[in-house]
Amino acid sequence: MSIIETDLDTVLDVEQSKVLGALRNNDLENEAIYIFREVAAQFERPVLLFSGGKDSITLVRLAQKAFYPAKIPFPLMHIDTGHNFPETIAFRDKLVQELDLELIVRNVQDSIDQGKVVEESGKYASRNILQTTTLLDAIEEFKFDACIGGARRDEEKARAKERIFSVRDDFGQWDEKNQRPEVFDMLNGQIELGQNVRVFPISNWTELDVWSYIQKEAIEIPSIYFAHKRKIFLRDGFIWSAEDDVVFRAEDEVVEERMVRFRTVGDMSCTAAVLSDADTIEKVVGEIRASKISERGARIDDKRSEAAMEKRKQQGYF
Amino acid sequence: MEVLKIATAGSVDDGKSTLIGRLLYDTKSLTDDKLEAIEKTSKQKGYDYLDFSLVTDGLVAEREQGITIDVAHIYFSTPTKSYIIADTPGHLEYTRNMVTGASTSQAAIILIDARKGVIDQTNRHFFINNLLRIKEVIVAINKMDLVDFSEERYQEIKADFEELMGKRDYQDQKITFIPVSALKGDNVVNPSINMPWYKGQTLLEHFEDLDKEDVYNVGTPRFPVQYVIRPKTEEFHDFRGFAGKVYGGELSVGDEVVVLPSMTRSKIKEIYFYDKKYQTATRRSSVTITLEDEVNVSRGDMLVKVGDLPTIDKQFTATVSWMDSQNLNLGNKYVLQHGVNKVLAKVENIHHKIKPDYSGVDTEVSGLAMNDIAQVTFRLNKPIFYDTFKEHRTNGSFILIDNQTNNTAGVGFIE
Repeated sequence: MSIIETDLDTVLDVEQSKVLGALRNNDLENEAIYIFREVAAQFERPVLLFSGGKDSITLVRLAQKAFYPAKIPFPLMHIDTGHNFPETIAFRDKLVQELDLELIVRNVQDSIDQGKVVEESGKYASRNILQTTTLLDAIEEFKFDACIGGARRDEEKARAKERIFSVRDDFGQWDEKNQRPEVFDMLNGQIELGQNVRVFPISNWTELDVWSYIQKEAIEIPSIYFAHKRKIFLRDGFIWSAEDDVVFRAEDEVVEERMVRFRTVGDMSCTAAVLSDADTIEKVVGEIRASKISERGARIDDKRSEAAMEKRKQQGYF
Repeated sequence: MEVLKIATAGSVDDGKSTLIGRLLYDTKSLTDDKLEAIEKTSKQKGYDYLDFSLVTDGLVAEREQGITIDVAHIYFSTPTKSYIIADTPGHLEYTRNMVTGASTSQAAIILIDARKGVIDQTNRHFFINNLLRIKEVIVAINKMDLVDFSEERYQEIKADFEELMGKRDYQDQKITFIPVSALKGDNVVNPSINMPWYKGQTLLEHFEDLDKEDVYNVGTPRFPVQYVIRPKTEEFHDFRGFAGKVYGGELSVGDEVVVLPSMTRSKIKEIYFYDKKYQTATRRSSVTITLEDEVNVSRGDMLVKVGDLPTIDKQFTATVSWMDSQNLNLGNKYVLQHGVNKVLAKVENIHHKIKPDYSGVDTEVSGLAMNDIAQVTFRLNKPIFYDTFKEHRTNGSFILIDNQTNNTAGVGFIE
């Protein structure tokens, strides 16, 4: 069988003896697979933090690729704020069943009921920050030593500084000024008992990389990522869902029905929609390519202050 | 589409952040909300121009002091390439961040302030990029607007830099000079109308033209085993796959290989990438390999082609860049991580400290402090399978881990 030399990044198919298409993500995909294997080899109790969003769904596909034909050798964990889009939860349960994975769910509501955190109130009330306590408790409960997440450096400026293996002390805190240098491919996962490492396999991906990958791999994602009719209201230039009572709405905020989709899927209380007619993955990718607003521009939790994310990260947020 | 990673180095006021901001601005990579934030903050500070440094200086401490203290990663793309910029701080005390940023980059930008010319920091930045064998270095002579876009000044600085180039160890490094004004936008993305005497490419044009095959170093194929995949399912009952990344060259089905350290020989039976089998795995691909024979292979072992053996030894000498606040001293023991393989290492000898500005060596050495670079001999508890860093960037490098703090304390380049 002849081997066609074309690009260094291509792998040749035995059956078809042709170069695999779309090389767009190959370097990034190879890097992510490498990171997943380092996690499985270096840690005793890793867990993949699964939010039901596109980034964590992409992580699951990459983990499948890293360990095929074996199953993904660690469980998924969802920190449920209780304010998730119902579509996301349904999607999560279906995915876990199809891939025969173990799913752990821990609820922010439980942390509230136990008096560990206090629910925010008012116009911008969100359970987003409250997740941190529930997450840290779960890490302690299961003694997880590595938590894999879908954070990307292009999302936000504090995340741009994040390492691939990011050490948290036993209070879950991030010491951003004293991070381990990461040279070449080598990942140092040595930690002390009680510490844990946050692992970010798609650190170097951009939002467009993720969407292109979802398209190329034909990965299924929750329906709310595609344009759909929804009852919404406007506030501060953001579009909020009015279909449930999670988002606080004042009486003078008028509800209307529009075609929208979500570009990022976080807690409902802090995730705004965008007006869109993109009802297929092709159209969504096209829209992202042309977009002039950054992805986290629709996350109200980042607008609290210039350093909102950095502060949350120091406290143990993802 | 290709991904090109570029490390930037410059001193505190060379305008590194402004250059990156300009790259993003002129490639229309800044989104409206980010632009708005920059405009708002620039106005608050009373600047009459856009303060692009806000794009890169992500941490509160950095914004307070107006400096960059950690490697930040910035992403942008053109229709032909995706770019990752590893923005590393340039001051003396942060050499470790420069080494970190440069280790994963294929190209580097060294910034020079046209008013100041080649200074100590420039020597240092060049030294580190050369030590790390970065193939493409762009010397961007910035702030040309402040020297009246003078060709004479540009030539003067170029000549000074060329003097440095004679001293470098890695002579094949390709060096390109570009006169720019990041603040005004000359020769960054768009050609300068103020410097008609410059006939070369703009910074971005140069990057766009870089051939990817050229910017990666080639060596012999090495396959360090990361993880053994044993599904234990009915369908794959006897499956034993060796998961890892191919470095240096390529591996194909049928290749005769040697497993290190056991020296067992076998043949590559299958190469998997996810659920498909391939004839050949090219360098940098993360694949799973099965062998014809039942061979005992575990994490840290290495598959190499018969006749292509690396050096197998318990002792070697390396150039070490020290990154920890606790000194490296004679007799100290560390965990040495070579790729995915870990052994114990003892410091046998510290030969000399290398002054990273080409001013010579320091032979009176008792220990290494943070940011020191030195030639050190190590003795190991078990042999490792290495190439020299010159031959193989991946298989010729290692990190040292402090067993007390678990910190990555240093990085080494095997000689």
